[in-house]
Amino acid sequence: MSKLFPVTVTVNGKVYERQVEPRLLLSDFLRHDLGLLGTHVGCEHGICGACTILFDGEAVRSCLIFAVQANGHEINTVESLGTPENLHPLQQSFTDKHALQCGFCTPGFLMTLVPFLEENPKPTEDEIREAIDGNICRCTGYEKIVEAVQDAAEKMTQKK
Amino acid sequence: MKPVNFDYYAPSSVDEALDTLAELGYDGKVLAGGQSLIAAMNFRMARPSALVDLNNVPELSYIKPTADGGLAIGTMTRVHAVEHSPEVAKRFPLLVEVAKYIAHPQIRRRGTFGGAIAHADPAGQLPSISMVMNMQALIRGKGKERWVDAPDLIIGPFMTVIEPDEMLAELVIKPHPPRTGAKYVQVSRQSGGYAQSAVASVVTLDEKDVCKDVHMVLMSVAEVPILSEKAREILIGSKPTKEAIEAVAEAATTSEIDPASDLHASADYRRSITRVLIVRSLTEAFERAKRGG
Repeated sequence: MSKLFPVTVTVNGKVYERQVEPRLLLSDFLRHDLGLLGTHVGCEHGICGACTILFDGEAVRSCLIFAVQANGHEINTVESLGTPENLHPLQQSFTDKHALQCGFCTPGFLMTLVPFLEENPKPTEDEIREAIDGNICRCTGYEKIVEAVQDAAEKMTQKK
Repeated sequence: MKPVNFDYYAPSSVDEALDTLAELGYDGKVLAGGQSLIAAMNFRMARPSALVDLNNVPELSYIKPTADGGLAIGTMTRVHAVEHSPEVAKRFPLLVEVAKYIAHPQIRRRGTFGGAIAHADPAGQLPSISMVMNMQALIRGKGKERWVDAPDLIIGPFMTVIEPDEMLAELVIKPHPPRTGAKYVQVSRQSGGYAQSAVASVVTLDEKDVCKDVHMVLMSVAEVPILSEKAREILIGSKPTKEAIEAVAEAATTSEIDPASDLHASADYRRSITRVLIVRSLTEAFERAKRGG
């Protein structure tokens, strides 16, 4: 066991204070220390995108950041989106358009796409495909995911 | 997997970082964006005893125009910031073009410009691009600093001339001469994946469309990026005709590269696509030079 470092981090609007070993990955911190199991861990080397979270509003890999580096920063995970009764529009579109089968990759896709749609509310299909080129889905073949993003983009811009 | 234990330092200034690196010597390793290093640590391929994290050093993150019309880029500038900088797009569109091929959007948000170059991954785009773009690296240590031309920075796979007590602090890109064009091309199995082969060319024409200068780098086809001498021998001083460009492709792929075979591409396949990529890269670079760059 190496020296512990204090970490104060805001996750989904709530402030947490914990002591961590420097080698603890942010993905494991979220899942094991905070019990937020929505962030999935697939490859643990930055390829699959399942662990994507928002770090100060930007979509990044939580398996390629140490928990100690999150000190003083703001994190958002998939738990910050909707609830089963009141889904985020993007989650609703994923459901409506069958953009998931096993669902393992879904949190990573959602956390990648939420800031993407904020920056680019009316994306083209090519832009959507570029935005998700860092997320692997082995079930859907991506077609349904692209459709869901188009659907969500339409509904979210109508709402505004 | 999970990384082995290590000591962690998070300096808040360059001076503090350099003091820490000097104290740690061979035990210390700089942590920039971590998008390659942390992945390697997760696999336990990298086991640094101590990390000196530069993410709390804001003074290392900037894109500044230089007096001569070039740019100075701080080592901790995120690749995403470079990709979306109007200053970069105006002066060095090649960098914007290349950035799209660097891993994935989420990696580019976190990965840094200087970190990618200092990591010297032979399959990485930025180390190779630094070699053809006339970049100079500012290397700093406690009480010392030196400038190194990018082609002299990388001495082997994942190896640079940067000493353990030093760090890459800044990259300066000198402006291109008039009538300079550039083009990056690659073949990879999927978007954001490692290239099986990639070629970047930066070429300059004189007012009579004669080739004045050419820098061409071949990636993923040898242990380190290869700066082509054949391209210079064949093209400089003559018109870059279709035949001349094909002669470069032939000469470079027979004598300058040494591609490896793996699951995804045999050496012969790599050699074959490299020949095609050289023709595409040079042809478009010269076209762009004719149009003014």
